[in-house]
Amino acid sequence: MATEALTVHTLDDTAVDLSSETLLEMHWQMVRARRADERLWALHRQGKIAFHISGIGQEGIQVGAAYAMRRGHDYASLYYRDVAFAFALGYTPREFYLAAFGKEGEPTSGARQMPSHFSSRALGMLSSSSPVATQVPQAAGAALACKLRGEDRVTVVTLGEGATSEGDFYEGLNWAGVHRLPLVCLVQNNVYAISVPQHLQMAVPHVADRAPMFGIAGAVVDGNDVLASYRVMKEAIQRARDGGGATLVEAKTYRLVPHSSDDDDRSYRSRDEVEAWKQRDPIARFGAYLRERGLLDDEALDEIERRVRQEVDEAQAFAQAVPYPPPEAALGPVFKG
Amino acid sequence: MADRPITYREALSSALREEMQRDERVFIMGEEVGVWGGTYAVTRGFLDEFGARRVRDTPISEMVIAGAAVGAAMAGLRPIAEIMTINFAFLALDAIINHAAKVRYMFNGQFTVPLVIRTTTGGGKQLGATHSHAPEVIFAHFPGLYVAVPGTAYDAKGMLKASIRDDNPVLFVEHSTMLQRRSPVPDDPDFLLPIGKSDIKRKGSDVTIVTYQKGLEHSLVAAEELAKEGIEAEIVDLRWLRPLDLEPVFESFKKTNRCVVVEESLPMFNVGAEVAAQIHDVCFDWMDAPVKRVAAMDIPLPYSHEIELMALPSPEKIIRAVKEVV
Ligand SMILES: Cc1ncc(C[n+]2csc(CCOP(=O)(O)OP(=O)(O)O)c2C)c(N)n1
Ligand SMILES: [Mg+2]
Repeated sequence: MATEALTVHTLDDTAVDLSSETLLEMHWQMVRARRADERLWALHRQGKIAFHISGIGQEGIQVGAAYAMRRGHDYASLYYRDVAFAFALGYTPREFYLAAFGKEGEPTSGARQMPSHFSSRALGMLSSSSPVATQVPQAAGAALACKLRGEDRVTVVTLGEGATSEGDFYEGLNWAGVHRLPLVCLVQNNVYAISVPQHLQMAVPHVADRAPMFGIAGAVVDGNDVLASYRVMKEAIQRARDGGGATLVEAKTYRLVPHSSDDDDRSYRSRDEVEAWKQRDPIARFGAYLRERGLLDDEALDEIERRVRQEVDEAQAFAQAVPYPPPEAALGPVFKG
Repeated sequence: MADRPITYREALSSALREEMQRDERVFIMGEEVGVWGGTYAVTRGFLDEFGARRVRDTPISEMVIAGAAVGAAMAGLRPIAEIMTINFAFLALDAIINHAAKVRYMFNGQFTVPLVIRTTTGGGKQLGATHSHAPEVIFAHFPGLYVAVPGTAYDAKGMLKASIRDDNPVLFVEHSTMLQRRSPVPDDPDFLLPIGKSDIKRKGSDVTIVTYQKGLEHSLVAAEELAKEGIEAEIVDLRWLRPLDLEPVFESFKKTNRCVVVEESLPMFNVGAEVAAQIHDVCFDWMDAPVKRVAAMDIPLPYSHEIELMALPSPEKIIRAVKEVV
């Protein structure tokens, strides 16, 4: 599916069997991630946090993918834009803010790793990487372990389209093909790798075009359509669980904000382009769909926003009040004692 | 011509620009070097000035950036390959160590690899353990590869120009927190510094501090503090980890009889270990105290700011180490 063909509001809910309750919950997850993320941009501008890297614009595919998983059972190996994904798996704004401020008790790393490196043994989130694409071979290894142990867990690994230029991507997926691993590799194609547009990263129109070279299934989905994202991920995960091997899923999406707090995106893309993508904002599109279905109105939306604001306020206040880690926190745990 | 104070960043930019103007075979490739102007803005404006043929934004493929640079160098060009941080050079180790460094020797000099790999090093910016280490010493382990570690704008310019003109592969390591540091630099387009020459950055008679880059900056601060207490440190800036020039260190040591090595690397198997061993060999009869090392703590560098700073060398730690030997 070419990105130009995307319509503004219509979502493709073909064969999506989610209850009204779940649909509303998914919408809330997207709004929650968006607002928690926006607040961190503000905190960075105020000099209160050192760094922020954002998932704004990519909440559709992320929440769709998370809800397609058996959450808590399947493994997820996420990348730095996956805050909505992580929230949908059970990570919380409080925890996210502890990481952003680098505070004591931060649960993914004890404030040892950068924020947005979502990892939680309890939630089935494997460690996530800064060197891009290195999670793909590791996820293949996790999938191999599940297969060897006879577990019916699927591993979902995510990365950006730019990261697919790394050897790790090819080598990891080749393994997944050869060993017929229960793996879903989700590429969130947001058109840019920092400033470098897709056509300077690859000579094929779609990342998923590469699936045949690994002998695995491939699929392209509109990543700003949460329901289509859910359906395609669900199929891929089912295939993996049923022993049908890996799938390379490419979600077409867009990063609506600069690459990170260190970037000024005006140097490499036009405001018109960004505006055009804002018209395809996954949250607005899902909201419009829910209204059409009679599940959402202004009042309900206000209530969601109020609840989310309260949670984000509370998370920020909590994290700000917590002390920084004590010096001795730097020492371990390098080895298991 | 008059020396003008410029920043370390400007020194790097002007070195690259002059060498690209001078030699058509020189070209730049790496992630974000073109439209973005380089991760640290060193190649800002280069795309407009030299065009996309010679300033090439690459896919995110460190292995290919380094590997293709080796191939292009063997085939007659003089690539300048950029790897965003030396921590990502780990993804390209085979190209850098097994090939760039060995091709000339293994094939009996048939191929030379006139290649410069520019990269940045160093912590203190809250980027976590996979972005922030200063592991350049690892690369100096292997014969066949020069490793440049300039600590001032003056050195950065003269060393980079010399690296580009040299026929051997050079890993050119720039410190990510020092790009705004200024020093006077000659305007001469043929200003070159010799490869593999260390430099005395401060005269003193009581202790020899051997260091480079961030360690140099901290040592200069520490030396001023020590001077207030009547301790005069002589500071030798290595500038290159390979070729390693320890002659000025030995000379200084024979005068001071004491040495502290300061670096941002991890504390084991580091530059200090090499320097201490060589001092032991050459200057045993002049030793009045064991050689002390100041380095990062033996942990992956943490994110949270206070504990990150605690894990890194500092002027205070240098002062403490000096006081242990004088
Ligand atoms: C091995 C490695 N090389 C370079 C980088 C620097 N870097 C961080 S994010 C990024 C762009 C990644 O683009 P993409 O994979 O498309 O993901 P996006 O950020 O667009 O979501 C780069 C080059 C890195 N983190 N790791
Ligand atoms: Mg991208």
